[in-house]
Amino acid sequence: MATNIKDGYLDMELLRFTTAGSVDDGKSTLIGRLLYDSKSIFEDQYNAIKQASEQRGETHVNLALLTDGLRAEREQGITIDVAYRYFATPKRKFIIADTPGHIQYTRNMVTGASTANLALILIDARKGVIEQSRRHSFIASLLKIPHVVVCVNKMDLVDYAENVFEQIKKDFTNFATKLEVHDIRFIPISALKGDNVVTSSENMPWYKDGPLLHLLETIHISSDENLVDCRFPVQYVIRPYNDEFHDYRGYAGRVASGIFKKGDKVLILPSGFSTTIKEIDSFDGPVEEAFSPMSVTILLDDDIDISRGDMIVRENNLPMIGQDFDVMLCWMNEKKLVNGGKYAIKHTTKDARCVIKDIRYKVDIDTLHRNETDKSVGLNDIARVSIRTTQPFFFDKYKMNRITGSIILIDEATNETLGAGMII
Amino acid sequence: MVNYHLNHIKLLEAESVFILREVAAQFERPALLFSGGKDSIVMLHLARKAFWPSRIPFPLMHIDTGHNFVETLEYRDRVVETIGARLIVGSVQESIDKGRVMEETGYNASRNVLQTITLLDTIEENKIDVAMGGARRDEEKARAKERFFSHRDEFGQWDPKNQRPELWNLFNGKKRIGEHFRVFPLSNWTEMDVWQYIYHEQIEMPSLYFSHDRDCFVRDGVMYAFSDFMKLRPTEKVENMHVRFRTIGDMTCTGATLSHAKSLEDIIAEVAATRVTERGSRIDDKRSEAAMEDRKKEGYF
Repeated sequence: MATNIKDGYLDMELLRFTTAGSVDDGKSTLIGRLLYDSKSIFEDQYNAIKQASEQRGETHVNLALLTDGLRAEREQGITIDVAYRYFATPKRKFIIADTPGHIQYTRNMVTGASTANLALILIDARKGVIEQSRRHSFIASLLKIPHVVVCVNKMDLVDYAENVFEQIKKDFTNFATKLEVHDIRFIPISALKGDNVVTSSENMPWYKDGPLLHLLETIHISSDENLVDCRFPVQYVIRPYNDEFHDYRGYAGRVASGIFKKGDKVLILPSGFSTTIKEIDSFDGPVEEAFSPMSVTILLDDDIDISRGDMIVRENNLPMIGQDFDVMLCWMNEKKLVNGGKYAIKHTTKDARCVIKDIRYKVDIDTLHRNETDKSVGLNDIARVSIRTTQPFFFDKYKMNRITGSIILIDEATNETLGAGMII
Repeated sequence: MVNYHLNHIKLLEAESVFILREVAAQFERPALLFSGGKDSIVMLHLARKAFWPSRIPFPLMHIDTGHNFVETLEYRDRVVETIGARLIVGSVQESIDKGRVMEETGYNASRNVLQTITLLDTIEENKIDVAMGGARRDEEKARAKERFFSHRDEFGQWDPKNQRPELWNLFNGKKRIGEHFRVFPLSNWTEMDVWQYIYHEQIEMPSLYFSHDRDCFVRDGVMYAFSDFMKLRPTEKVENMHVRFRTIGDMTCTGATLSHAKSLEDIIAEVAATRVTERGSRIDDKRSEAAMEDRKKEGYF
């Protein structure tokens, strides 16, 4: 093992994916198999859930108990919240955001999807593309998850029939033309029997592409980052005030998108001043360039008044600047959205207030129909909303930039996060 | 052609540094919970990176059960001196002396549960509005449900069923007076990531993590370090063994593992091969199935 360190064990890619499905489509079984076969379930964990399953009178070891860790979840046999699970193969590290299929469905899936590179959508081969599959796909497309993998599960129950798989593939593709998902893959699997999960299935010789794990290990994700539009939201100003670094003034933050280089001409928003990057600094010494999603400190040639919430960009590639924009809003609270209501709003490192100027329409997430008459937006609803902020924001369309294109709304009285918005 | 891509270690580092800076920007009186264990050591290292060349803009806070390993306290004091940080110590012994808590009795007596009161008192006395902890989601099932920014009410309680949704890079640290936050910058790290990072950064670690000879005794399948803090049952025998610790809590609730791992490379190899979780040697988690959730709700780390 020790040699592995030198052989690149330290140099692995990290893939974040979200899984969506309901209780009985085999999602827990699939995740359990991925974890179990990649040796990510430990003996004491396995024994603990085996014991718990037996105590509950279940005949199989219930892998859902692995992360349904809250007392209430165990008592009710449901997943209440997004559960994060971790596993690794010699090729990649994985973070799974496992979202429950029923309660708080939209809220949880949107949360899990917001940081994912890939969405795993499970379809029961016997049922085909149902309402719920459409819902999952819609949210994956709304959140602009770059890759979608449709697992047609329970192939063992349809005699591993190629035509069943092909029909589902056709139905799904038809539906998906209405969505903006650019990379969709289909895999026929049986999570229970292990077909095409970790190893290729002998039962489906007609399926020539590799098993699911192989796809997860090899799918090309390094071009998922936006390396074109340079956006650096200033997060924190570093001023050491000590003898050694007397005049040091560094702008710390995480590159939202693009590549910044030493010597680049940059523009500061909102002041509009132009200057040059003097140095890109880090604890380990200066770096020549910084790209998303690196956390660095930028030093500039000129002394300009810059504070948290400002943004460093390139002169020839500006974000949109303004107080008015539309978002697709996913509502996450029992208290309904108020048309004309005022909320606190967070965007990149900026805090402000805003007013809901108009609820344009509500989206029926099963049919994608736009409802312009019923504009009551409650928990788990998705609506297009016009917002005006108290101060100018520097933003991009969400589909161009997941970081500069997203906002959250916060209740000014309770401080709860109420909704998540994607700028259109 | 340059490859614009961060490996998993650099990605996790960038994420944690972002969280640490977000804490410094959003809160007035943060503190970093430092136990001298590997996770808090990594968190402190990341904090130094996040604010360099400034000193870290918050004090370290250690909840001292009075049952710590000597090595842990020595390491703590050395680090505090090296980086010039301020240290706040909350003492469980003092909480006992003041009558805030009652010492457990019996063979399995531990001060683990008592720490919660001391922790909450120390947070209140120092008017801390956010305490950063090194807890990771992969450690334990209740922690798997934890947010990066975790809200606590005026009693320090966690309400797992009613947590704020957390999306993208947007962290909501808004709170009312008297409430506080717990923030976990290492949420997405695994035990392996932590060791790989320590190796990558060549961070100095307390000697307890490496194999050494120690007087131990076995109780309920767990190997305890022999100390004045634990009473032996008549049937229990002290033996000198070749051990190291995978996690470091206080001496009454941390089990050792037999090991020959003498270097960071050895530890990484051992972690890669092990079939038991690190919490498997933590007796504090084993009191009941939901032991961690119950303690967390009351305000535990």
